[in-house]
Amino acid sequence: MIIDHPLLGPRDASEFIYLGDASLLNRPNWDEEKSEDNFYKYLYLRENVAGMHKELWFHQQGDRSWLVISRNTVTHEIFKVELATELKKNMGKSND
Amino acid sequence: MTRPTRTKSSLINTNKKLSFVFNGKKYEGFQGDTLASALLANDVKLIARSFKYHRPRGIFTSGSHEPNALVEIIHDDYNEPNSKATTVELYEGLVAKSQNCWPSLKYDLMSINDKFSKFIGAGFYYKTFMWPSFFWEKVYEPVIRKAAGIGKLSKNKNNTNSEKGFLYCDLLIIGSGPSGLISAFIAGLSGIKVIIVEEDYVFGGSLNNEIFKISNMSPQAWVKSILKEIRKLSNVRCIENTSVIGMFDHGVFGAIQKLKESKIEQIFWKIVSKKALLCSGSLERLIPFQNNDLPGIMLSGSIRSYLNRWGVSNFDKVLLFTNNDDTYVTALDLISNGINLIGVVDTRDNPRIFDTKIKVFKSSQVVNATGKLYLKGVDIVNKEGELTHLKCDYLGISGGWNPNIHLSCHTGVRPEWNEKIYAFVAGKKNVSTHLKAAGSANGKFSLNECILDAEKQVLEILSDLEMKPKKYSLPKIKEQSFEIDPFWFVKIGSQRKWVDLQNDVTVKDIEMAYAENFRSVEHLKRYTTLGMGTDQGKTSNVTGLAILASLSNKSIPDVGTTVFRPPYIPLSIEALVGSSIGKNFKPTRLTPTHNWARDNGASFTETGLWLRAEYYSQKNEYHWRMSVDREVNSVRNSVGFCDVSTLGKIDIQGKDALEFVNKVYCNGFTKLPVGKVRYGLMLREDGIVMDDGTTARMSENHFIMTTTTVNAESVYRHLEFCHQCLWPEMDVHLISTTDAWAQIAIAGPNSRKIISKIVDKQFDVSDKNFPFMACKEITICGGVLARLFRISFSGELAYELSIPTQYASSLASYLMEIGKDENIIPYGTEALGVMRIEKGHAAGAELNGTISALNLNMGKMVSNKKDSIGMVLSKREGLNTLDGLRLVGLKPLKANNQLISGSHLFNSSDTITPRNDLGYITSSCYSPTLKSYIALGFLKNGCNRHGDKIKISNPILGKEDFAEVCNPIFVDTNGEKLRA
Repeated sequence: MIIDHPLLGPRDASEFIYLGDASLLNRPNWDEEKSEDNFYKYLYLRENVAGMHKELWFHQQGDRSWLVISRNTVTHEIFKVELATELKKNMGKSND
Repeated sequence: MTRPTRTKSSLINTNKKLSFVFNGKKYEGFQGDTLASALLANDVKLIARSFKYHRPRGIFTSGSHEPNALVEIIHDDYNEPNSKATTVELYEGLVAKSQNCWPSLKYDLMSINDKFSKFIGAGFYYKTFMWPSFFWEKVYEPVIRKAAGIGKLSKNKNNTNSEKGFLYCDLLIIGSGPSGLISAFIAGLSGIKVIIVEEDYVFGGSLNNEIFKISNMSPQAWVKSILKEIRKLSNVRCIENTSVIGMFDHGVFGAIQKLKESKIEQIFWKIVSKKALLCSGSLERLIPFQNNDLPGIMLSGSIRSYLNRWGVSNFDKVLLFTNNDDTYVTALDLISNGINLIGVVDTRDNPRIFDTKIKVFKSSQVVNATGKLYLKGVDIVNKEGELTHLKCDYLGISGGWNPNIHLSCHTGVRPEWNEKIYAFVAGKKNVSTHLKAAGSANGKFSLNECILDAEKQVLEILSDLEMKPKKYSLPKIKEQSFEIDPFWFVKIGSQRKWVDLQNDVTVKDIEMAYAENFRSVEHLKRYTTLGMGTDQGKTSNVTGLAILASLSNKSIPDVGTTVFRPPYIPLSIEALVGSSIGKNFKPTRLTPTHNWARDNGASFTETGLWLRAEYYSQKNEYHWRMSVDREVNSVRNSVGFCDVSTLGKIDIQGKDALEFVNKVYCNGFTKLPVGKVRYGLMLREDGIVMDDGTTARMSENHFIMTTTTVNAESVYRHLEFCHQCLWPEMDVHLISTTDAWAQIAIAGPNSRKIISKIVDKQFDVSDKNFPFMACKEITICGGVLARLFRISFSGELAYELSIPTQYASSLASYLMEIGKDENIIPYGTEALGVMRIEKGHAAGAELNGTISALNLNMGKMVSNKKDSIGMVLSKREGLNTLDGLRLVGLKPLKANNQLISGSHLFNSSDTITPRNDLGYITSSCYSPTLKSYIALGFLKNGCNRHGDKIKISNPILGKEDFAEVCNPIFVDTNGEKLRA
């Protein structure tokens, strides 16, 4: 697999570490009534997608960027690679 | 025999004789031979015994699709099983022997299986070894294991030198036949980076097997001339002896290169290419009829290869059996070499007449082959049903050609049926790999079509890459035809007709599978083993599908096909491993004081990638315990030092650094003043403890965090996740400084004396001005930058001193010198461990991924007044039961009874059953301070059980003992020493 890093260009997948579903970016608030339930859903419930999937990869042997990769889980085609930082900032959903 | 055994061929050097040994007998071949061509030229027909029925088998093909001729190559110190005689290049002194036969190839006792074949057809194992179930492990499996398997490993260490490498290009061309060479030439001229790989040891592919003319040259001369042009281009790399074994996502290919006369014998290449062109040609398929597996029967095209490329001409009487035009090229080549061609048995009613010299048996089929160890003759039947017996020693068969599209399936793309050539071609949907097939691999079976197709494909690729082709010309070739009749297998006759020669699968087996309702291709494959093994059914798969289609009255595309998987040819595991073996399997990290420690009697232990000093032996110490006990006593009574540089160090800076630290630790940090250190407990988001360590506030916005040695990487990754993915708006920067700073712990009641001697004068390290948990950036030894932390892992008055890595060894020597009066000693990880157990500090064994803060008696540390990773879920009911596990200390009732880590805890009167299990021991050691073995462990409701007698059981070692539950802090319970 080749991952087209937004800053460094195409890099071999062996430089990266996979974490999982990019929904981990949407961390719930801690101080709401239903926060325990929200955290439970955030941490344990996942869509098992056959098709387009956004997922988190870490460039461990590189620039240490966390990337959000849009990948088709069936064909392994990669459509988009974004810096998690940028994506999260644009989501405007940061907890603070 | 009057004829010489070899005719002239430019690819065989008859001046260079090579001697070799096969099954103990010495033979001669020539430079350019494969083992197979040399054996054929020596009239050796019987090469191997088949896998299941141990039937005699000979050479069937002339390439890597060979199902039969598997041999063991004997090296000085190891054997290489399953080598294909058809691809092994002959060398002087080669020693090979047959597989699957005992006691000898000619008299194989296991051929008794053949007599019982009625009972061991498809699904035999599934049906027979069912009952009684306990027989499987004891009886069936060992017996089957002994009889089954292709080839045997020598079990000696294989001393092949393997390497791994990376290659990058714009276009990877797989195969160097006519399409590959033309493509490489056109693409190379345009200036793009091209790699062309050839599996064979000579370039040219199918052109090496032909004698017709290309641009008025012999095909071999044409190959030579175009290769010369290609090699002039510095942007084209030609690699022979290299098989592409797999295609992976995004244009990544694996290839194995075999090297001759080199220190490195094989290289596994990972090739990354923007585009790829599959020019792998096509493979001929067989036609099943009765006894079609006898040695002497081979593919028609392979007879042509042996004749033209290797000059093998000791064929006495040859008969050909075909359903297509290509076989007539073989026929003409045989005649022009003066070989006695009996004729061509053609299944078609009106085959084209190529030459009146060829006797054609129209509308006929070969229905049976006769002979015991090799072919003696065949029976043919014509349309009217008349049976004729023909004597022959070789029979060339051709059931048509399959484009060699193995690689095109590797990313899950299914092949598509082509009704014109009655074969599968590559599926069109190879999006992520950009693979295209060209020429014969794309179903273009005549040479002129092939070349035009290669041109078309390569021009498309160049236009995709936005490159313009330079001027080039194509070779001139006489028009050829390819017509085929979809004739798949001979229906006449009740004896076995072989479909898959390697796995001994017959037409009958497929019929049986169908009758027993294993009708999907995937089921058929698994039930009969059709298409498995080292050849992956390259000569048999499509024929098998056709039989299934005829049984089910479906068309072949409706029946479907199994897809090929990597690797294209078998490769040894060691090829993938390369040199990453033994000591080179992973890097070894050495501590900054490693060399000093080695010179001072240290023994080392592995901690993750690190080698750490375990203990330092002195002259009279003959047991490790003597060293460790002495080190502990020295620290507790005076002073010692230990290299703790392996702990992870993360430098955290920025305006929001404090808030960040406060969010990643579950305990509060907001009140931590500058110049102070605090213990921090880090949770995972699920509320379980991830790691612990200390964090020092060096200045307003500068923190230094330490992690445990093993979690240094994962904690750093986690912090980056928290920053980049959760709170990117925070002004905070993280960097790992583990390797930049050496950290030396100096511990013991005399440690302040030592510190005072090295710290530069302007810094006051008195208890008053540098109390417990203080930290400061200082200089030592007259100006060397350092960071001093008053923290303790041993429970003694202690400091940790950070200095730039390069000073660490000098500091160790210097400490020994200035600490003489205090009898300072270096101590290793064993003494470190003993002292932390005595002090009840949790470490890796306790932070085992299932333990919460509450389990560590630190439940109150988790602040619920702030947001921190893991806080919310740490409050879950299940993690907060009153009778949950709690960290406790354990003392054996008899001081000299060792407590063993991993043992489980039970009430003294309870029986040892999982239901009664109350917890387990995590760490244990002998405590020289308490003069007793001690341990830490987790016990249910442990905090309320101090003083209780408890049973310790270790069923694995068969040991049982009793211990007293106590406070996990064995020494200095109130912490007076470390505040001294």
